[in-house]
Amino acid sequence: MLYREAGQFKTTYAADQQLFPIRQDRIGMAILLAVVFVGVPVAAATPALAGMIDFNYWFSGVLIPFLIFSLAALGLNILTGYAGQLSLGSAAFMAVGAFAAYNFELRVPGMPMLASFILAGVVAALIGIVFGLPSLRIKGFYLAVATLAAQFFVVWALTKFGWLSNYSSSGVITAQKLVVFGYAVDTPVKRYLLVLAIVSVMALAAKNMVRSSIGRAWMAVRDMDVAAEVVGIPMVKTKLLAFAISSFYCGVAGALYAFAYLGTVEPAGFELELSFRILFMIIIGGVGSILGSFLGAGFIVLLPIFMDLSAASIERSFGLALPAGLVSNLTLILFGALIVFFLVVEPLGLARLWQIAKEKLRLWPFPH
Amino acid sequence: MQFFFEVLIGGLLAGVMYSLVALGFVLIYKASGVFNFAQGAMVFFAALTTVGFISMGAPFWLAVALALLAMAALAFFTERLVLRPLVNQPQITLFMATIGLAFFIEGIAQLTWGAQVHALDLGIADEPIEWLMGNTGMNISKFDLVASGIAAALVAVLAVFFNKTRTGRALRAVADDHQAALAVGISLHRIWVIVWMVAGFVALVTGLLWGARNGVQFALTFLALKALPVLILGGFESIAGAIVGGLIVGASEKLAEVYIGPHVGGGIESWFPYALALAFLLIRPEGLFGERRIDRV
Repeated sequence: MLYREAGQFKTTYAADQQLFPIRQDRIGMAILLAVVFVGVPVAAATPALAGMIDFNYWFSGVLIPFLIFSLAALGLNILTGYAGQLSLGSAAFMAVGAFAAYNFELRVPGMPMLASFILAGVVAALIGIVFGLPSLRIKGFYLAVATLAAQFFVVWALTKFGWLSNYSSSGVITAQKLVVFGYAVDTPVKRYLLVLAIVSVMALAAKNMVRSSIGRAWMAVRDMDVAAEVVGIPMVKTKLLAFAISSFYCGVAGALYAFAYLGTVEPAGFELELSFRILFMIIIGGVGSILGSFLGAGFIVLLPIFMDLSAASIERSFGLALPAGLVSNLTLILFGALIVFFLVVEPLGLARLWQIAKEKLRLWPFPH
Repeated sequence: MQFFFEVLIGGLLAGVMYSLVALGFVLIYKASGVFNFAQGAMVFFAALTTVGFISMGAPFWLAVALALLAMAALAFFTERLVLRPLVNQPQITLFMATIGLAFFIEGIAQLTWGAQVHALDLGIADEPIEWLMGNTGMNISKFDLVASGIAAALVAVLAVFFNKTRTGRALRAVADDHQAALAVGISLHRIWVIVWMVAGFVALVTGLLWGARNGVQFALTFLALKALPVLILGGFESIAGAIVGGLIVGASEKLAEVYIGPHVGGGIESWFPYALALAFLLIRPEGLFGERRIDRV
């Protein structure tokens, strides 16, 4: 009833090509943006609400990591979901981004923060191109193994070459203070807004990228590379561009991870485990979907928190102490089971469920 | 020169272990086309189950038998719940499913048996062989030698199994051609369960040997990562390739660590096999003994 596009006619080419062709989607998006950009910070600034909810925890413990992982998942989704090249090295590119941003800030006096984030992405993109070169000859899990090489090599290099971490022990770096346009981003709310702004812009760019010619070329390569080459899609350019842009996204996510989320990072924090987590995000969220990256990141970030909370409440209400490691092992089991479950039951992930819900909503409440 | 040989032999013996893990991969890949990332987790699970039963007071042989039973159950449920619903999916989907499976197995193993490091004593001393030490001055561990002996025996048993038994021949038939195997009445589902059981058995042997060496701990799961370059070098379909690849990776990573490592800061063992495998991929993508695939439009 509410969600129906009947009566919305497209009279111009611009209307035909717009991002959200259905008016309800546009309104929904506007409301969503208003809530996350204005509503949430205003709520956090309201004393009455701030007394009830620990906003600092929500910002720095949930929302900021969620946004950052969404960005990383977006990057991996471009490479794996759209271009069809499985990568197990996303954490490595995040590490490159984090350390590059740190070094730009450290070594270039007066470097604007946003510029060093962008340059960090560019450095990650260059490294991504280097490790994407094998994709020109190999595919499938041979390529996955090649990206594993990137994973191990980058973490090793960041630990071993002291110059990259300004000669701190075991490569630990402490990110510089976040200052954007002379404005100190020092509270959780401000950090949240900064990350949100960056993620929104990059998500918009990604959305437009995947529906333009380059995105179509990626999907053609994904679906059948030989056929794509036959119809004249330049294989080298398309694949390497996918690697570059994916790594750019991961690099910026890594820089934000260091600067806006953790503050102090070390190469060992960007282990294979993190790459797997990002891969799980896109599998659960939806391979080949921008929305899916966000849904998957939200799911993977929230699941352990939810597990911890429910374990704590069980402990409280039954007055028993759960053995240490129980929750983390259960989370591990749940992750594994969910991956298999989604691959079997809904290979297109949560994004597909959302799409089905929208189809149903168009007919609701009169399905006939 | 003597030092060189010592490193080389030490590397080769370590390589035997990589070969064992790679062997588990190859068995499953040949029979079902699944690239089983969970092999490392299976090694961990098998070893931990054995140690767990021993710590509960079971004698060694009973613990091994029970662990074998657990691996069989694992194989059965994997086939039922993971492989069968995903039949005919792209290989990469199955690969991702086995990553999920690996997480699942790791969680189950640690939930059941705890996460602490367990010692495992097989009754073989990890000490240098004396007469070799006395005659040539080379430091070769007795344990490594026995372990490679066991590995060789395992490969021999597998060879007999694959060549002389009815089931083994059925496995080879499936590996050769799924459709032809189906046509002559071989049940694919049964074969998959069996091949995962065999891989579980290999995982158990690997887990016991590695566990006795370094303690039964979570790090065993990383063995899967060591085995990937081995597979690329040797080829995904070849048992001989797994063994030769393992030896090459073992020897070269130790030699590289000793001779190249000091110039770049050491610790290159973590990625050197991958670099080697990548370089190899560019020259011979199907591996040393793999089957050449030709893509057709």
